[in-house]
Amino acid sequence: MKNESIKIFQKKKQAVLEKWIHIQSQDQILNNDLITNEDLRIQSEELLFAFIDNLSDSNIDNAESRDFESVVDILSSISISRAKQGYSPRETGNYIYSLKEALLSTLSEEIKDPATLYAQSMIINKLLDSFSTSTFETFIKGREDVIFRQTDEITQISTPVIRLWDGILALPIIGTLDSSRTQVVMESLLQEIVETGSSIAILDISGVPAVDSLVAQHLIKTVSATRLMGAECIISGIRPEIAQTVVHLGIDLSTIITKATLASALKTAFIMLNLEVNKKQRVK
Amino acid sequence: MTTTPIVLNRDTMTVTRETDVVPFRSRVKEHAVKIGMSLLNQTKLITGASELVRNMLKYGNGGIVKIEIVSKGRDSGIRLTFEDKGPGIPNIDKAMQDGFTTGRSMGLGLPGTKRLMNEFTIKSEVGVGTTVTVTKWKNG
Ligand SMILES: Nc1ncnc2c1ncn2[C@@H]1O[C@H](COP(=O)(O)OP(=O)(O)OP(=O)(O)O)[C@@H](O)[C@H]1O
Ligand SMILES: [Mg+2]
Repeated sequence: MKNESIKIFQKKKQAVLEKWIHIQSQDQILNNDLITNEDLRIQSEELLFAFIDNLSDSNIDNAESRDFESVVDILSSISISRAKQGYSPRETGNYIYSLKEALLSTLSEEIKDPATLYAQSMIINKLLDSFSTSTFETFIKGREDVIFRQTDEITQISTPVIRLWDGILALPIIGTLDSSRTQVVMESLLQEIVETGSSIAILDISGVPAVDSLVAQHLIKTVSATRLMGAECIISGIRPEIAQTVVHLGIDLSTIITKATLASALKTAFIMLNLEVNKKQRVK
Repeated sequence: MTTTPIVLNRDTMTVTRETDVVPFRSRVKEHAVKIGMSLLNQTKLITGASELVRNMLKYGNGGIVKIEIVSKGRDSGIRLTFEDKGPGIPNIDKAMQDGFTTGRSMGLGLPGTKRLMNEFTIKSEVGVGTTVTVTKWKNG
């Protein structure tokens, strides 16, 4: 025997779709610009038909069933794209809640016996709730992807190599120097050394919040790599509290030229390059 | 004389991946700022916290950190408890030595952190996990 709801949905497919789109268009008034009505119709039709066509007695109480793979796929891609388009979780949630509303209201029109209606409504309710949970999970995943991408972008843009002087490069590091960041820093620094033929690089860590053993190791590695390229590396911007902490931690930075400020590092660089900066003599 | 400190505030954080490190450190810093810890002690606390949280990630498969504001007599401070269910440390005395590492690193995390903190205790059992508790006093 086929479940009552399945029969109804198959018969009333088109009517359910109209109902659903109607409900959605009512609470989407504010968001007309995010998605066109045409897109909404195509998206909704695809999902609804995949749902109804795959619904059977054996899976009506099991949202995890393989039969719903296509439904879950469509839902995931919708929630991911909505997360990226800047929809709020409420708007994304409403999408599936309104589907539930359309389904339940269709059932109430078709089933006359209250006990059957109640039982059927509970089944549909439960199934749709499972779908909405997975929608939220994917919605959050979509948002996380955005965050990861931004993290990558920040890493890229926050490591500029500056040509401070002929032969002198400066690299201000802002934020945490983790492994992936170090990789980016090192690559752009080494590349710039080759391109400009610079012989001194100043790594300014004024913007690094803490120097732990990992950061220190990364700094040491960067310095060694620079030396292998035949250039010298100066680390500047070591604040007093960081200097003390590094010493207590037991990190030995004695093989590295370190300076408190970028200005003093530049001065050292000038000396190393046999340059002299003089105040212009005024002729009276 | 050892009186047990009073816990004024408790906060926990789960650390399971590299990207959890920065938010964790910010949280520790927030608490340290709240009790008015000096900049130097803040830096020591955060650096030590960073070492322990990295060990937890690298060797202990992640875990939970408890951040507490504690008070003892006139002084207040931050107590951190790092708890993981990783493989444990077979020889703690060795692990506490400068330069001992099984991770091809500098081997400074544990002994260095002990020097940076006011109180440091480590408990570890092979196959069960590792718990490190540290306290940094505001004026310590
Ligand atoms: N939470 C932990 N679980 C299991 N083993 C650990 C844990 N923490 C530390 N260890 C062991 O103790 C050793 C010493 O740790 P420590 O932090 O002092 O040095 P490291 O992590 O090897 O190097 P560094 O911290 O200088 O980068 C580690 O190499 C590891 O074998
Ligand atoms: Mg370590």
